[in-house]
Amino acid sequence: MTVSIHVGDRLPTLQLPPVDRTTLALFGGASGDHNPIHIDLDFARRSGMPDVFAQGMLGMAWLGRVVTQWVPQSRIRQYDARFAGITHLGNAITCTGEVVELLEFHGEPCARVAVSSANQYGQNKIVGEAIVALA
Amino acid sequence: MIDKKFIGHRLEPSVLTVDRTRLQFFAKAIGETDPVYLDPAAARAAGYADVPAPPTFLFAAELDSGANDQLLADLAIPLAKLLHGEQSFRYFQPVCAGDTVTVESTITDIYDKKGGKLEFAVKVSQVTNQRNERVAQLRTVLVVRH
Repeated sequence: MTVSIHVGDRLPTLQLPPVDRTTLALFGGASGDHNPIHIDLDFARRSGMPDVFAQGMLGMAWLGRVVTQWVPQSRIRQYDARFAGITHLGNAITCTGEVVELLEFHGEPCARVAVSSANQYGQNKIVGEAIVALA
Repeated sequence: MIDKKFIGHRLEPSVLTVDRTRLQFFAKAIGETDPVYLDPAAARAAGYADVPAPPTFLFAAELDSGANDQLLADLAIPLAKLLHGEQSFRYFQPVCAGDTVTVESTITDIYDKKGGKLEFAVKVSQVTNQRNERVAQLRTVLVVRH
């Protein structure tokens, strides 16, 4: 797959369905993250949270899909995320990306892609970037 | 407070055999529909040896092995106060079903902000495969909220 990449290009948006408990339980099992704060309401309440909430790495996995649906994963050189807010049950996450710079990364022509996710109220959940090889 | 003596602390290596059904389960759990991540034939047609591990999958290795639990115990971080602050991945080679990866991590920094209300621990992980080739490097910032 060849993509001609330019600064300002927007990646196809990825819209996720609202977070539910089943999603959190499945991701807990698949990812190996068995922290009960994401799957056990009683534990979450004892920890001072009103309810369970999404694993940060679930959000990062979703946001990674906005890149891999755009270029083959074998072209991703780096992927960074800063977790900006907790993703609660019922949050419907939208993942977006935009090419912000063309650069040489360890001697290879690459693009820097700013990626972020937000819920339906416009609250940012993850702010990150990916470095993607141009070819 | 996290004892700063753990700066430089090395975790026990974690060995994870990446099996196809696990990757298919992970793909399902993140809503992935691209056949490259689900169907070995589609993966091979795309140039992979088998279905590839998605970009964030390698984080599982130290969860599966118990190394992460041990680290939290050593640093006296209760799960109820733990947040994930930042996560980075650098990729050197694809990891596919059938590979066995070894993750070796070091705590590179421990610091606090807001007068100790927030504490941070930084972990850097080197990942190699069964041919001792470097496949990835991870950097994790753990946050403890008091």
